[in-house]
Amino acid sequence: MAAKPILYSSWSSGCSSRVRTALALKKIDYEYQPVNLLNKQKEQEFHGNNPAEKVPILKINGLTLTESMAIIEYLDEIYPDPPLLPKEPELKARARAIAFHIASNIQPLQNKPIYLMLNEKEPGYGDFWCQHFISKGFKALEELLQMHSGDFCVGNQISIADICLPSIVYNAIEKYHVDMTPYPIITRISNKLAELPEFQVAHPNNQPDAPKN
Amino acid sequence: MAKPILYSYWRSSCAWRVRIALALKNIDYEYRPIDLFSEESKNNAEFVKHNPAKKVPTLVINGLSLTESLAIIEYLDEAYPDPPFLPKELDKRSYSRAIALHIVASIQPLQAINIHKMLNEKEPGYGDFWCNHFVNKGFLALEELLKKHSGKYCVGDQLTIADINLPSIIYNAKIYKVDMSKYPTITRINEILAEDFRFKLAHPDNQPDAPNKN
Repeated sequence: MAAKPILYSSWSSGCSSRVRTALALKKIDYEYQPVNLLNKQKEQEFHGNNPAEKVPILKINGLTLTESMAIIEYLDEIYPDPPLLPKEPELKARARAIAFHIASNIQPLQNKPIYLMLNEKEPGYGDFWCQHFISKGFKALEELLQMHSGDFCVGNQISIADICLPSIVYNAIEKYHVDMTPYPIITRISNKLAELPEFQVAHPNNQPDAPKN
Repeated sequence: MAKPILYSYWRSSCAWRVRIALALKNIDYEYRPIDLFSEESKNNAEFVKHNPAKKVPTLVINGLSLTESLAIIEYLDEAYPDPPFLPKELDKRSYSRAIALHIVASIQPLQAINIHKMLNEKEPGYGDFWCNHFVNKGFLALEELLKKHSGKYCVGDQLTIADINLPSIIYNAKIYKVDMSKYPTITRINEILAEDFRFKLAHPDNQPDAPNKN
C-alpha cells in the first residue's frame, strides 16, 4: 500500500460526512485535508475557478474520486468487509433506493448555496423552502423505512442507506428546525446510529476543522 | 414469468433513464402511464400498492417493486449483466457512477418540473432563470469531467450508466434555453447517443402517453 488516502472534506458538508462514515466503517486510516466551503464558494463567485471542484474528494490507490455515493460504492467493492450493501438483490436495491432518495431528492434541495440564494431572494423563503423539501422527502422516506427497516434502514445490517441518514437528520433538526414527530422510524434509526463509534467519529462536530466552542 | 411493468410519465427524466436501461438490456415490459399532474392518475390503487410515495419510475419486476432510477438501473445491471452498464476496471466504474450521480444529484433535482413550476409561481420568470442557472453550473462541471474521462462515450468507448443519465438532462437544458455551444463534449456525446435506436425508443416523444401523437 502506498501513502495514506487523503480526504478533502468540510466538517459541515453532508456529502463529506457520508464518506467519513464509510471510511470509519471500513477502518481505513486517512489524512483529513480541510476545505473551507465558504471561502471556496466566495472564490468561485469572484473568479469562477474550478467549477468541478467540490467536497468530498478522495485520493486513494492512485485515483482521485468524486461524488460521495460513487466513492462509497468504490470503497465497498475494494474493501468488502464489512459490507455496506446486502447480498440479496432485493435488499440491495432497497438500500440503494433509500440512499439515492436522500442523496437526490432531499440533500440537493436544502444545501447551503440554495438556502442562501433563496433567502436573498426573499428573507425567510429559504427557510420555508428547505423545511418544505425536507418534510416532503422525510414523508416518503418514513414510508420506505416502514416497509424495509429492521434495526437499521434495511433489515438488521448497516448499509449505504444508514450512511446517508445522519447528515440529513442533523440538518433537519439543527439547521432548519423541522418537527420530527411525524417521523418516528427516521428518529429511532438516527438515534441508534448516533450511538455507534463509526458514526460518532464522522460527526461534523468531531472534525479537525469544526469550529470550537 | 409475467412481463415487467414500468409506471412512467413520458416527460419524467428519471423514468426516461429506466426506459433506456430496459431497452439496452432488451427487456420487454408493459408501460403503465401515470400523469404526474393528475391526482386521480397518481392515486391509482394498483400504482399506490407498488409505490406509496406515488413516484415514477416504479418498476415491478421479478416480484419486486423497485423505486429510484439509479437503484433500478444498478439492479437491472446485476440481474441482467449483458450488456454491462459499468466497466470492469475499478477506476472507470467509479468515474461512471460519479458522472451519473453528478447528473442525478447535482443537476436533476434543482431543475425538476415541480421546482420550475414552484419558482415561476413565486415570481414569473424566476423559475426559468433558476433552472437555466443550475443546469449551466452543473454542465460546467460535467464538461470538465467528460474532458477527463470520455472516449466515444462518457467514460471510455463503452456505454455506461453515465450515458444513460445524459439525454434527459440535455432535453431539459434546451427547454431552459441553455446555450449548448459552451459544452462541445456534452453535445458530441449526446448526438452519438441520439442515433442509437434504443435511446430513440426511450425518448419522451415516443412514449404512449406523449401528447399530440401524430
